Amino acid sequence: MNRFDTNRMEAIVSHEEQLRDTVSAGGFSGDRIFRMITLGFALSIILILLLITIGMAVESIPALKQFGWRFITGANWDAVQGRFGALPYIWGSIVSSLLAIVAATPLAVGTALFITEIAPKKLGGAIASLVELLAAIPSVIYGLWGILVMIPWLQQTVEPFLVDHFGFLPFFRGAPYGVGMLAAVMIIMIMIIPIITSITKEVLLTVPVSQKEAAVALGATTWETIRMAVLPYGRSGILGAVVLGLGRAIGETMAVTMVIGNTPQISLSLLDPAYTMPSVIANEFAEASSNLHSSALMEIGLILLVMTLLINITARFLIWGVARQGAAGGRI
Amino acid sequence: MYKQIRNTVVALAAVCAMAGTAGAGTLINGAGATFPYPIYSKWFNEYAKIDTSVKFNYQSIGSGGGIKQITAQTVDFGASDKFLTDAELKAAPGRLIHIPTVMGAVVITYNVPGVKTGLKLTAEDVSGIYLGKITQWNDPRIAAANPGVRLPAKPIIVVHRSDGSGTTAIFTDYLSTVSPEWKSRVGMGTSVRWPAGLGGKGNEGVAGQVKITAYSVGYVELAYAFENRLPFATVKNRDGRYVVPSIKSTTAAAAGAARHMPADYRVSLVNQPGKDAYPIAGFTWLLVYENQKDKVKGKKLVEFLRWELKKGQKLAAPLLYAPLPPNVVRMVEKTIAGIR
Repeated sequence: MNRFDTNRMEAIVSHEEQLRDTVSAGGFSGDRIFRMITLGFALSIILILLLITIGMAVESIPALKQFGWRFITGANWDAVQGRFGALPYIWGSIVSSLLAIVAATPLAVGTALFITEIAPKKLGGAIASLVELLAAIPSVIYGLWGILVMIPWLQQTVEPFLVDHFGFLPFFRGAPYGVGMLAAVMIIMIMIIPIITSITKEVLLTVPVSQKEAAVALGATTWETIRMAVLPYGRSGILGAVVLGLGRAIGETMAVTMVIGNTPQISLSLLDPAYTMPSVIANEFAEASSNLHSSALMEIGLILLVMTLLINITARFLIWGVARQGAAGGRI
Repeated sequence: MYKQIRNTVVALAAVCAMAGTAGAGTLINGAGATFPYPIYSKWFNEYAKIDTSVKFNYQSIGSGGGIKQITAQTVDFGASDKFLTDAELKAAPGRLIHIPTVMGAVVITYNVPGVKTGLKLTAEDVSGIYLGKITQWNDPRIAAANPGVRLPAKPIIVVHRSDGSGTTAIFTDYLSTVSPEWKSRVGMGTSVRWPAGLGGKGNEGVAGQVKITAYSVGYVELAYAFENRLPFATVKNRDGRYVVPSIKSTTAAAAGAARHMPADYRVSLVNQPGKDAYPIAGFTWLLVYENQKDKVKGKKLVEFLRWELKKGQKLAAPLLYAPLPPNVVRMVEKTIAGIR
């Protein structure tokens, strides 16, 4: 044993002694204090959420009183006349987020499968860190890239193609502006891929090797192993990842505002400009001149909060359901 | 080398001295409009060199926020691109004075392949386009003023600001003034219900959209259009002349308004008389209480305002703001003498 190791041993021994001293000195009261502190931290988070909700609810009282349910069902948003109906914003938020999720999920799950199951370890690691790098890019940079690169491409190449070949569908009608629902869906899709990919990857890494080996032993191909052993095991986790992606999608503000065209209308066409709830808040809050206007924007914020809560609750139930099903007989 | 070190030391000493006095001196807080932020911060920087005992802190949170904060008296002065309504003035706990500082103008920019800068537009053209009534570039109403310009038979793509802004307030003020239909259907405000077109966020959003979209038209702030060398339209003014948007023609709009300027400066500068007056222009104002609660701050504020009217105005044009015309400066000097 050389000197370095001896030193380390001594250090470890003395640390153990210290620990023992602490425990014997007052273990019970120390535990209690620690429990109280952590409880305090946990409660403070609930309190913050509660205070935010109450604050927003109080601020939206004037709009709630004035418009009632018509706030959600009305489609007329006119700050000059003081009439506010939020339906086009709610529509825009829901449609853009859902379409982005539908587009992003196969891409993200496929990437995660490649990283964990197919690629050599080094290549997988490199791709994983590149994907995580995507998550580190600020929203406004995505927006600028959207305006300068993606929108001209959509406007000159993609949208004319869609109009020419699929123009008979109501989803691809109208003039190719570049900005609009399609641009928003694409930018949200790119922004939520990293979060879905990295969580799915973590989930897939927890699949026991024994399960995969069992499948391989039965003569399964790589695809069959993934389909029968890997995906069923990770189902609830992947669903959770998708829902977290949806949470991010619906709250995404800056990049969406820069590419969606900011026109409060309800249209089936993906080429038409639209508007989302976070975008109208970001656009109009700073210069909202009347109390009713800022109150209406607050109410939109409140609706957004409630919607996010509902999404999360639904997701919880879904995940529990899948987990129970998996426990009952989803295994091979 | 020696000189460099000496300069650095002197500069450092100056900074320390400034920081020291600022800590001990008067701090005057303001909040409001984003549009005049560059010129205001330039003024406050320059003024810090002249009077080291006072420091200005300006938060550009938007005109709406500025009005709210000065009404709640959480700041010493407010700033706004729109003047207060009678109701808003009544809501304030004291008598609020509007002090016009500089002017801005709104430029109509467009992207029509084959049409160079300087397209001539009348007030009816501009309001017709934004109402969605003039939908083709080769509309006879546009063509009438532009003989020799080959206007394409293409639909006009209208772009407007999506975020609430003083630029939109000036532009919709203009449209409401020249078009009774606009006034009744849409009205004026920092954000309105647009009858036509797409929304871009900020001047850069509108300009970017116009740049990539052939056959589009949009409106941006004068300074932004100049800095980015955007093509712009000349607009027919009240005297029937087509005026190029510029700092000079914006100042001319205020000079035209001076003859019937109300004592509280709550006046719109759009569509003013004068052969050189550009029709889409507006003041930006500081909002100050006539009776200052803190007399020391009040005195310092008035001293600054005097300096701003004498010396500060010369700093406006390089930053692409239009300075006040001399006749308006004389009026404002009298007004600020009344602040106690």
